[in-house]
Amino acid sequence: MSTATSLVDRLVDRWGRLMVIGTPYIFLILVFSIPFFVVLKISVSTSNDGIRFEDLSTFNDWVFSFTASFQKYRFLFTDDLYLNTYGSSLKFATINTLCCLFIGYPFAYFMARSPVSIRPVLLMLVSLPFWTSYLLRVYAWKGLLDDSGTINSLLLSFGLIDEPIKMMYTAFSLSVGMVYTYLPFMILPLYANLVKMDGRLIEAANDLGASPFRAFWLVTVPLSKNGIIAGSMLVFIPSVGEYVIPELLGGPETLMIGRVLWDEFFSNNDWSMASAVAVTMVFLILFPLALFNKYQTDGVGRGSV
Amino acid sequence: MTANFAYGASKAFVRIDRLTKRFGDVAAVDNVSLDITKGEIFALLGSSGCGKSTLLRMLAGFETPSEGNISLEGVSVINMPPHQRPMNMMFQSYALFPHLTVTENIAFGLKRDGMPKAQINARVEEMLNMVQLKRYAKRKPHQLSGGQQQRVALARCLAKQPKLLLLDEPLGALDRKLREQTQFELVNIIKAVGVTCVLVTHDQEEAMTMADRIAVMSEGSFIQVGRPHEIYETPSSRFVADFIGKVNLFDGVLVVDEPDHCEIDTPQGRFFVGHGITGTIGMSLSVALRPEKIGLQAEAPEDISSNAFRGTVVDSGYYGSFSVYRVDLAGGQRIQVAITHTERHDELYRRGEEVWVTCRSDALVVLIN
Ligand SMILES: Nc1ncnc2c1ncn2[C@@H]1O[C@H](COP(=O)(O)OP(=O)(O)OP(=O)(O)O)[C@@H](O)[C@H]1O
Ligand SMILES: [Mg+2]
Repeated sequence: MSTATSLVDRLVDRWGRLMVIGTPYIFLILVFSIPFFVVLKISVSTSNDGIRFEDLSTFNDWVFSFTASFQKYRFLFTDDLYLNTYGSSLKFATINTLCCLFIGYPFAYFMARSPVSIRPVLLMLVSLPFWTSYLLRVYAWKGLLDDSGTINSLLLSFGLIDEPIKMMYTAFSLSVGMVYTYLPFMILPLYANLVKMDGRLIEAANDLGASPFRAFWLVTVPLSKNGIIAGSMLVFIPSVGEYVIPELLGGPETLMIGRVLWDEFFSNNDWSMASAVAVTMVFLILFPLALFNKYQTDGVGRGSV
Repeated sequence: MTANFAYGASKAFVRIDRLTKRFGDVAAVDNVSLDITKGEIFALLGSSGCGKSTLLRMLAGFETPSEGNISLEGVSVINMPPHQRPMNMMFQSYALFPHLTVTENIAFGLKRDGMPKAQINARVEEMLNMVQLKRYAKRKPHQLSGGQQQRVALARCLAKQPKLLLLDEPLGALDRKLREQTQFELVNIIKAVGVTCVLVTHDQEEAMTMADRIAVMSEGSFIQVGRPHEIYETPSSRFVADFIGKVNLFDGVLVVDEPDHCEIDTPQGRFFVGHGITGTIGMSLSVALRPEKIGLQAEAPEDISSNAFRGTVVDSGYYGSFSVYRVDLAGGQRIQVAITHTERHDELYRRGEEVWVTCRSDALVVLIN
């Protein structure tokens, strides 16, 4: 009997542990790896109508054949449209990330330095926008920025301008919408990092002759590096592939990769091309970032955060 | 209590003048005055929450005093922000910069002074040699042991050659054995550098061994300021006697008061004290007697009119170099007696044994309550 119990125990022990460790992996495989490989497969498949695909590997009459077509990739790298769009996506994502960082850092710093009693309120305020649909909130900017929108009407009625300033459907309106939407994703990780910062380190820096401003640059900023990286990743990665905001607020000169993807899928019905665009985006942008992220966070001392 | 422990004006290197710090309506530091001489190691000693750190932080400039003044070499520093004060503080948990190496930590203050690079390197090297951490120069703080971190923190403070060194519980984070060793090392370094030093501690042994002078603090005020042996041998109050070391206290009334001696009647018997006091006959006071200043003997002494009491041994504890006996006196009070072992032997007195407890008249201190 005792051996049986111990066998059960051992099984539970072993499988229990596997399940605890395995669950996140299974989740990642299901929602990330499998879809990614499906997309990858589509991108190298050939098709006549763009939607039904030939099998990549065949096994007929004892002959195994494997065909993958890299035609879409070749096209992608020779047509200016795609490369320009990647460039423009990166540009807007970078602008967005930097704006979020410069607005978000002081904000997070202020929150982390406020009295403990009012911090929950401030946190609530930062996450309050999530209570309304993101689509509506982005759309609301149109009412503000339009030629006949609130801002232009006010300026006109005060006589400050003679004709409306063109803000809608420009890089400006796109950036405003992006920064507005992504700001909380910058503030929250920065806040989480800054709030843990040991105030005595700042005092030590002051004590050793650093003015409050230098202490901030020499101690606070380097020590919040992980928060800066985390926030920037959270903002940068989704902004590269952003579709809705450019669609609602962007104009003709603000083409982004999300738009191209959409067009390939739904207008051109060329799933292979769309998949190739997506896969290239992952390899060109996201993998280097992921590596950078890992390298950066590993490099920071254990004691720092 | 507004005792003034200031010296003459000429000797004061640091002068703390009627300094008060209130948090809300609680005075964490209450009207404290003190002069510190150049080159002195001064300890602020007191139990938790008595205001030691607050006083130290006011010296460093991290807290603004509610009232009073601090001056260094005759110049008031009260309006100087921390980064301009020629003082450096070693924080309780060291506050080393985790993103900088040992070398960079030590160089931090020097760079802020705009010292030339070559000079910084030489100074850092000198500091590393002093605290014997040369091999660890490139490590980050989290790769060091507690004792090593403590030495980096000390080197970082001393690198700037401060006029005043402030230490907040410098040994608080170390384990007992390392503490004793580090205690002496720290004093040697401070004395070698010659820097004036204020240190905060709640450990009376630490204060006694390290400091030239000690201020015993309670509830934001100084209760007694003096050299370690003065505080130990002639505590000025029951509080100090009780706080510093072990003590037996006997409550009684004054019966004889002469210039060179006084006598006090207690329920345990009569004490003959070898110093005079200013008091009136019949006033109630207490007599303090340290355990190690008591003798035990089996036979009655010749003169049993004073400073000799009958008692029964309750139990004893063997501590290697000495033993502590607990003795119930005939008058009902239980006292502690420490007997140093001058030669190798077992228990001198057994449990339940009748003994005579004696002491010399100069071992007794009268405390006016
Ligand atoms: N920032 C503050 N706000 C309010 N009260 C404070 C503040 N700092 C200290 N106090 C109070 O002042 C008193 C003295 O504090 P302080 O830190 O000086 O004590 P301490 O002697 O250093 O004690 P410990 O040995 O525990 O460090 C305490 O009662 C504390 O609660
Ligand atoms: Mg303290």
